[in-house]
Amino acid sequence: MKSGTFFGGVHPRYEKDLAGGRPIETMPLPARLVVPFAQNLGAAPKPVVKKGDEVKRGQLIAEPQGFVSVPLHAPTSGVVQAIDVFPHPVGADLPAVVIVPDGKDEWAPGLNVERDAGDLGADALRGVIRDAGLVGMGGAAFPTHVKLSPPKDKPIDVLVLNGAECEPYLTADHRLMAERPAEIVEGASWFAKALGVENVIVAVEKNKPDAIAAMRPAAEARGYAVRALDVVYPQGAERQLIFALTGRRVPAGGLPMDVGVLVQNVGTCYAAFEAVRRNRPLTERVVCVTGRGVANPKNVLARIGTTFGDAIAFCGGLREDAGKIIGGGPMMGVAQYSLDAPVTKGTSGIVVLTRREAVQYAGDPCIRCGRCLRACPMLLNPSVLSVYAERLRFDETAAHHVLDCIECGCCAYVCPSRRPMVHHFRRAKAEIRKKQARAV
Amino acid sequence: MVAAIIALSALALVASFGLAMVARAFAVPVDPKVEEIEGALPGANCGGCGLPGCSELARRIAEGRADVDACPVGGESVARSISRIMGVAFAGGGARKTALVFCAGDDETARRRFYYNGVKDCASAALLFGGDKLCGYGCLGLGTCAGVCPFGAIEMSALGLPVIDPSKCTACNKCVLACPKKIIKLVPVSRRVHILCSSHDKGAKVRKACSVGCIACTKCVKEAPEGAIAMQDNLAVASGVPEIPDSVAAVCPMNTIRVVDLGISAPADAAGAAAEGAAS
Repeated sequence: MKSGTFFGGVHPRYEKDLAGGRPIETMPLPARLVVPFAQNLGAAPKPVVKKGDEVKRGQLIAEPQGFVSVPLHAPTSGVVQAIDVFPHPVGADLPAVVIVPDGKDEWAPGLNVERDAGDLGADALRGVIRDAGLVGMGGAAFPTHVKLSPPKDKPIDVLVLNGAECEPYLTADHRLMAERPAEIVEGASWFAKALGVENVIVAVEKNKPDAIAAMRPAAEARGYAVRALDVVYPQGAERQLIFALTGRRVPAGGLPMDVGVLVQNVGTCYAAFEAVRRNRPLTERVVCVTGRGVANPKNVLARIGTTFGDAIAFCGGLREDAGKIIGGGPMMGVAQYSLDAPVTKGTSGIVVLTRREAVQYAGDPCIRCGRCLRACPMLLNPSVLSVYAERLRFDETAAHHVLDCIECGCCAYVCPSRRPMVHHFRRAKAEIRKKQARAV
Repeated sequence: MVAAIIALSALALVASFGLAMVARAFAVPVDPKVEEIEGALPGANCGGCGLPGCSELARRIAEGRADVDACPVGGESVARSISRIMGVAFAGGGARKTALVFCAGDDETARRRFYYNGVKDCASAALLFGGDKLCGYGCLGLGTCAGVCPFGAIEMSALGLPVIDPSKCTACNKCVLACPKKIIKLVPVSRRVHILCSSHDKGAKVRKACSVGCIACTKCVKEAPEGAIAMQDNLAVASGVPEIPDSVAAVCPMNTIRVVDLGISAPADAAGAAAEGAAS
């Protein structure tokens, strides 16, 4: 059954018109760039530059450690000022390299050259994509080349371009699809070639008609289908998207490849186009700077390492009543305490809420109303899970499959007791993983 | 009515006879030592030994799979009675210990870098940037340790630091494991002078974050006897031997080193008092 939607989910206020109508603007180089090493899921790459080194744009500044890891490149030409610990938008303080741009923005030799990539084979394409440092740009930052290397017993027959962008406020993917559809589709074609997949589906929520209109001719020129999806959060979550498009269910604890599907964010497809066709490593991305706490919400093409402070300043700065800065979207993003936090490969948005919007509640006891059970797109029982987690009974949370929670926040959104559900689950997951690590 | 009484009495007689027979036929042999040892254990089922409860520990001790002093809570007196039950010699344990929080950064002395409004639990708070304290090593003050203490020995002070009552603390180690910042340690109650900081940051950074943090000035190292205090990655750490004299507390410019009175006015048990007496 191809339902076009999935069980559960919520309908938050989308607020997409704050920045949705604004074309992508290229941000000028800021005075400094803070580039964290840990920008991909898996092992963080190891630095190969030191203080005082001169770097060119696209030059390798950290080399991957193992297979599930990607290289990191200098986002512009300049001098390495320091390597120090900085706040990272994922919610930790992590080492980063500070680069002071020289303003010339010179590419390292051999890069930024158009190439005819038609004769690249599957392995060569994977190599190019890995060397360009590509990760999933929807937020999870999983290394793209790993996704493109499924084991032999799990053949992929469907490639999905994820343009759902179901997070409220965010419009980065929306603008990219509306403005650069041909590039996105070409990038996807390289993924399809690396996987040997014919069936490619572009999935966009119905609330982005201009993106659908722009993508349709570009996709159909290559024989790809464009599917308009119902508007419900989290439509863009991998498992929910796969079910909505194909009716296939990713097994608990499994990966999309278990049901023969690979999902790539449209931003990643664009980055693949840049990497394969123009020989440009991933050094910039579209970030949606939005929310009522920002003077002029915009979609900006910013270098990796641009601090939130610089990006917000480019958008007219904070309004007086700004109350909370979130890295990512309001549902799954992480609250930031410092404007020094930089844009990373996985930062799709910077959302600034006003003080009124950011009001939080301590959370009351669960009244067992069951609303969260209807909202949970993973068919879990958040009510019971949160009570167990609150009582520190983590073995029980594991038995109730807390590890399958995708942390979408639907349960917390509908909870009339305003319980901090996801926070409880994150704690429980951390404890369970700690226990598993000890057992090994 | 008489008939009913007779009938029921007869029924009771038959049933009790049946029960007695069944109990004999299907009797499960239990090592009497297990029951005796369980009786000797504190019975708090705190899990401090790492096992689910006192009966499990009793079983393991009886089977010889755990030491007679495996119960961290019982201390020497319990170890002695178990050693009598097991018929083995017990040389006597170490000094009585208590948990101590190695951070003095409360709401007045330590600065916070953001306003945390999540689950009121230290481990949950630590998931977000390691917590809201400007010092990355300091106590988060949300009382997770007090929550896990099975003996009610930990209370949170008005300024947001845990206060451990040594007379109630049994050194079961639960708070040590629960603290996400790993700043609670077990120390002998006989030790008087403690360095109440866990920050490995450099002095300048510590000063910004906290007015009672160790700035690694090394004054204490010079004042204390050779080998009593060592600098480990910008933090003064007591080695335990030799003891730090009280005079060292006075030279610490940050008031990080303090004379902490762990003296127990109302001992938890006789062995505790004996151990304390022997140590002092």
